[in-house]
Amino acid sequence: MIDRTGTPLAELRDIRVAFGGVHAVRDVSIDLYPGEVVGLVGGNGAGKTTLIRTLSGAHPADSGQILIDGKPVTITHPRDAKALGVETIYQNLALADNIDAPGNVFLGRELTTRFGNLDDSAMEDATRKLMGRLNPKFQNFVVPVASLSGGQRQSVAIARAVHFNARILIMDEPTAALGPAETKQVGDLIKQLREEGLGIFLISHDIHDVFDLSDRISVMLQGRLVGTVDKTEVTTDEVLAMIILGKRPGEVTQTDLAGLH
Amino acid sequence: MAETKVSAAEREPEAQAAPEERGKGSLRELFRSAEVDTRLLSLLGALAIIWILFQIITPGHTFLTPRNIWNLSVQTAVVAIMATGMVLIIVTRNIDLSVGAVMAAVGMAMAIVQHDWLPKWIGFDHPLTWVIALAVGLVLGAAIGAFQGTIVAYVGVPSFIVTLGGFLVWRGVAWWMASGQTIAPMDTLFRNLGGGSTGTVGGTWSWILGVAACVGIVMLQFTKRRQRNRYGFRQRPMWAELAIGVIACGAVLLLVGFLNRYYLPPALATQTGHEGENISLGLAYPVLIAIGVGIVMTFIATRRRFGRSVYAIGGNPEAAELAGIKTRRTIVKTFTLMGVLVGLAAAVQIARLNAAVSGLGTGMELNVIAAAVIGGTSFAGGIGTIVGALLGALIMQSLVSGMVLMGIEAPLQDIVVGIVLVLAVTLDTIVRRKAAK
Repeated sequence: MIDRTGTPLAELRDIRVAFGGVHAVRDVSIDLYPGEVVGLVGGNGAGKTTLIRTLSGAHPADSGQILIDGKPVTITHPRDAKALGVETIYQNLALADNIDAPGNVFLGRELTTRFGNLDDSAMEDATRKLMGRLNPKFQNFVVPVASLSGGQRQSVAIARAVHFNARILIMDEPTAALGPAETKQVGDLIKQLREEGLGIFLISHDIHDVFDLSDRISVMLQGRLVGTVDKTEVTTDEVLAMIILGKRPGEVTQTDLAGLH
Repeated sequence: MAETKVSAAEREPEAQAAPEERGKGSLRELFRSAEVDTRLLSLLGALAIIWILFQIITPGHTFLTPRNIWNLSVQTAVVAIMATGMVLIIVTRNIDLSVGAVMAAVGMAMAIVQHDWLPKWIGFDHPLTWVIALAVGLVLGAAIGAFQGTIVAYVGVPSFIVTLGGFLVWRGVAWWMASGQTIAPMDTLFRNLGGGSTGTVGGTWSWILGVAACVGIVMLQFTKRRQRNRYGFRQRPMWAELAIGVIACGAVLLLVGFLNRYYLPPALATQTGHEGENISLGLAYPVLIAIGVGIVMTFIATRRRFGRSVYAIGGNPEAAELAGIKTRRTIVKTFTLMGVLVGLAAAVQIARLNAAVSGLGTGMELNVIAAAVIGGTSFAGGIGTIVGALLGALIMQSLVSGMVLMGIEAPLQDIVVGIVLVLAVTLDTIVRRKAAK
């Protein structure tokens, strides 16, 4: 289904991150191909978010290598990542609550007139068009995002990530704060973006979400990569065994699987 | 919808206040449809109440006289100029306690340059003296601001500490520069920066500027409408647009006309060859400087990327960083800008006093911070407007001016201003908490 013979869109090799003496991520390698969704799962503190923050530039790796289109790159700041076409939707959404939706969508990349002044009308117009596609019910374009609902805020964060023609999208728990209808909306969007050829890293607690949306699933436990599996070749129980026991599908026994329930 | 409201009212006894709330809501609805900033409106309301109240209770009803309002405008200018910069500092969740001391150091430097140095090189009362002295002040202010801002942003020392240090250091530097002596007088042209009988544009120019301001207001409204029209956005209703234009222009012209009725004292008029005539002083330079600073700073805060970054940092520093904003550089810029404004304010202040003393601007940092806060700037960060700070400065100075006219002693003046400060923030906090619900 997905052509994995070429060069990966993004490749993280032997990434290591430590906070003080605690190794949050130890020698983890994952990759991502165009038009693919890779689910990144694991319990709390497994190191998913820390790993992915090295790619989005929020926190540089202590060692290891990041390759985009097969070329080694240095990402020390979110600006570097954005310049390489890597956009991130953070778990806490990273919105400036006192600024309106268009202001947040274009934060740090504001549209300006030829005199260098902010072109608020152009930004509002672009945001309206974007929202028409992402969340047609969204109408609050001139109020600070602090007064928006969780789903609406999520829409703003997603709009910001997809507007700038990202090639690699990182979504950290994109549906954690959402109701069922909005969750489905985000799911549809992920499928649509994958069709358009984006590569997506999807971090989630929800194993069913991940099974529904991902092509491959990478499982982390205590900062290490347990393994990466093709969704079509495993059952949810086998992935659960990876998450909880750290055992790959070949290593896991029937008694292990029975013990999960 | 209606049903849920009824059931909520049945459940909660507090809901009895509902009809009153609805009445307030409709007024708010009116302002909202007119797209009027209610916060700004309440500041203007407070100012109007203070002015009218003082007019009634001052002996001889001397508050709302051209003379008093003219003086009030000049007295407000220095704090107003600096308050616009303080807004951006506080919006980024920082503070600058050093502005009074920096004013003394920079003011002293400008005085020494024009009093001791320049006469040696280019002679006394050279037409360029005031330009060079002012430039020295602005550059020095910027340098001090940039230095303090760099320690705050790049080293990570809290701004409270850095500028508390600056508060002590720059005051000491100011003393040391002239060994505590007073430096006077200032250059003749430089003195015009402080207002006074020669530091004004005169009646005719005041009218011209007033009319220009009206043209500017209408043009702004027109540009905004045209822009919103281009994208087919909802427009502010025409009645509201017209009302705002008429009220704003009317207020400007009324104020100019009122101030123009403050005339040159008869003795001075005779001196200048206008014996027996009424010569309008017109708007004073410091007032024009403050208005100009207000316009430029509003433009920077709302129409430039720098301003947007400042508010983003205040709203969510981490989000600003993740969005790719150069947060540290932005912080340094806010402090640098503050330094420039302190330099400008220092020039006005020493020009007004016609002297520089090492005690210049003592305690002024608190007036500046108070003006910003009364004007709606929040210490939580991310919220505050330049216009608000200007009005905050005017409200504070109005209180002081009115109390002086009433012959109230200085300690009681402080008590009143202190109470007003806390009251203003208390009201603001309550209103904001209600709005958040």
